Amino acid sequence: MINTLINGLCLGGIFALIALGYTMVYGIAKMLNFAHGDIIMVGAYAILTTLSLTGLTVPAVVVAVVVCTLLGIVTEKVAYRPLRGASPLAVLITAIGVSYLLQSVAQLVYGTKSRSISIGNFGTVEFFGVSISVSSLITLGLCLVIMVGLTLFINKTRIGCAMLAVSEDRGAAQLMGINVNGIITLTFAIGSALAAFASMCYLMQIPSVTPTLGSMPGIKAFTAAVIGGIGSIPGAMIGGILLGVIEKLALSVPALAPYTTAIEFGLLIVILLVKPTGLLGKKTREKV
Amino acid sequence: MKKPSNFKLKYIINYILVLALFIPTAIMGFTGSIKGSSALLLTQIAYSMVLAVSLNLVVGFLGELSLGHAGFMCVGAYIGCFCANYMHAVIPSKLAVLVISMLIGGISAAVFGLIIGLPCLRLKGDYLAIVTLAFGEIVRTVFMNQPVFGGALGLTTQKYGKLLYIIAFVMVLFTVFVSQNLMRSKHGRAIQSIRDNEIASRAMGVNVTYYKLIIFVISAFFAGVAGVIYGHNTTPVDYSFFSFNYSIEILVMVVLGGMGNISGSIISAAVLTFINVKLQTQLSGDLAALKQLIYALILIVMVMWNNAPALRGIREKVNIRSLIDFFTEKVLKKQETAPEGGIDPPASASWDKIPTKIPMDAILSTDITPDNPYEADAPKKEEKR
Repeated sequence: MINTLINGLCLGGIFALIALGYTMVYGIAKMLNFAHGDIIMVGAYAILTTLSLTGLTVPAVVVAVVVCTLLGIVTEKVAYRPLRGASPLAVLITAIGVSYLLQSVAQLVYGTKSRSISIGNFGTVEFFGVSISVSSLITLGLCLVIMVGLTLFINKTRIGCAMLAVSEDRGAAQLMGINVNGIITLTFAIGSALAAFASMCYLMQIPSVTPTLGSMPGIKAFTAAVIGGIGSIPGAMIGGILLGVIEKLALSVPALAPYTTAIEFGLLIVILLVKPTGLLGKKTREKV
Repeated sequence: MKKPSNFKLKYIINYILVLALFIPTAIMGFTGSIKGSSALLLTQIAYSMVLAVSLNLVVGFLGELSLGHAGFMCVGAYIGCFCANYMHAVIPSKLAVLVISMLIGGISAAVFGLIIGLPCLRLKGDYLAIVTLAFGEIVRTVFMNQPVFGGALGLTTQKYGKLLYIIAFVMVLFTVFVSQNLMRSKHGRAIQSIRDNEIASRAMGVNVTYYKLIIFVISAFFAGVAGVIYGHNTTPVDYSFFSFNYSIEILVMVVLGGMGNISGSIISAAVLTFINVKLQTQLSGDLAALKQLIYALILIVMVMWNNAPALRGIREKVNIRSLIDFFTEKVLKKQETAPEGGIDPPASASWDKIPTKIPMDAILSTDITPDNPYEADAPKKEEKR
């Protein structure tokens, strides 16, 4: 039971990392970056490639972070920026297209077969009679550090304040001299870098890489972001951890295990019906 | 001015398109010169058309993205075919079994459409897309785990042969008929006004929730019917078919054909399904990725071409309609001694073309939101009522 909870927390941490990327992009660019899940996949392949070349874990993660950040910036500049000001439907469909594009390119380059990877075999440690794997601890610690760091960054630095301003009112922020395009690009970069960390944590839990690795965690993390209240950073963390724990708990009950995905998405629908702004979301009034 | 005959041609062109595919193949089918695999392919094309046209109602005309179309299809396929298997023993007429099972499949999908449409009253845009996606996955998981429906092995269905093929094409005609007439009516205009500017249309007295729900239910109904056709064409009904990827595939058909253009959906559904099946049977393996790559490029390029603000100038000069106008003008000038210099009515006046968003938004942005170039198009914030 305790192990299930810890596994759930771990998975929840991964979801939270991905959900942070979703929620930041959604809050600032006002778009659902459907390709975010696939950036995780690209990060996983970057780790795989570097690891097979050098055999070192830390450089692999660094390479993954760099690759993902660049990819995030490139997709934003090439695919999303030309559509700024177009209808949200157009942007959403393009994002789906980008997601599909990344998946298919990965399939063409690496093939459809799943590849196993050995990362994070650090053994286990005992805490009060409960054995916990070190990789889980790394995941949880990393999530914690990133979340605290991100919250500080957003609330305490000038750039963070600019981000908040852009998410509040883009036009007014521009009038105040904020480089809106730059802020949006930066948001994509940060979100994608977080995705790279998420892919590292993901690979420590599930050590195999496939081209469709990112899509399910991506959608689930978006669910987590919505549950927590999209646009809210603490909301993304709470939503992610909640969803991770629920998934592991449901998987541990034999009668519920086949319906795990259904339960998670059902939760999303219920939340949206009862409280469409999510647990921590702010109410916004639409103005004409 | 455009002649009224031109208008009628636009109206019946969809039927002509469908019949042009249907009649020659039907004759070939009855004379026996058509192969079994071709009949399968044609039925596949038929249900793809039904799916594309019905998804176009939601995406193209209502302006909301539904990623759960395969989910509605799944509901229709499982429930419709399940009932058909039972009716098969009781009702001797195959035609009756097919028609009734399609009705059942369609109505059950429509009921699900109503259920999923209710959140749609509160949500829009990205949220709705995710909810429909989630719905599709839920439906698939639930049906997969029901032993009554065959579980992971799938639901075995009866074969109906050529009859299914004919019924499928009749269903295509029916779908086109309903969609087209709906969109030509007062209700259709109301629905399109919601797409162009929801707040403005609400202010004009359009019952937004009612119309959203109506369109959702109708679209789900036809997806359910398409599911029944699929189920009888492909046995066993495979739950993995109705994945998110298939919803995207239908979306690709709609986007390639043109959002809000029924003829486009028909043509692109036929072409894409044909290419898809041919590629699937002749080549395999990594080509699946190539197909996906092409789909991705279609989505990105088509959407950008049609929506990027920077391309607005080029877009208005270079499009098929202007090319057609150019040629007809030349031909007309040759025939008529005194060419008329009249101006065509604005493109938005024709019923099946996406009306440009400029007039409404220009009015709104000049009057009320003066200096917000980014969000002038549509309201982004979630609405609370």
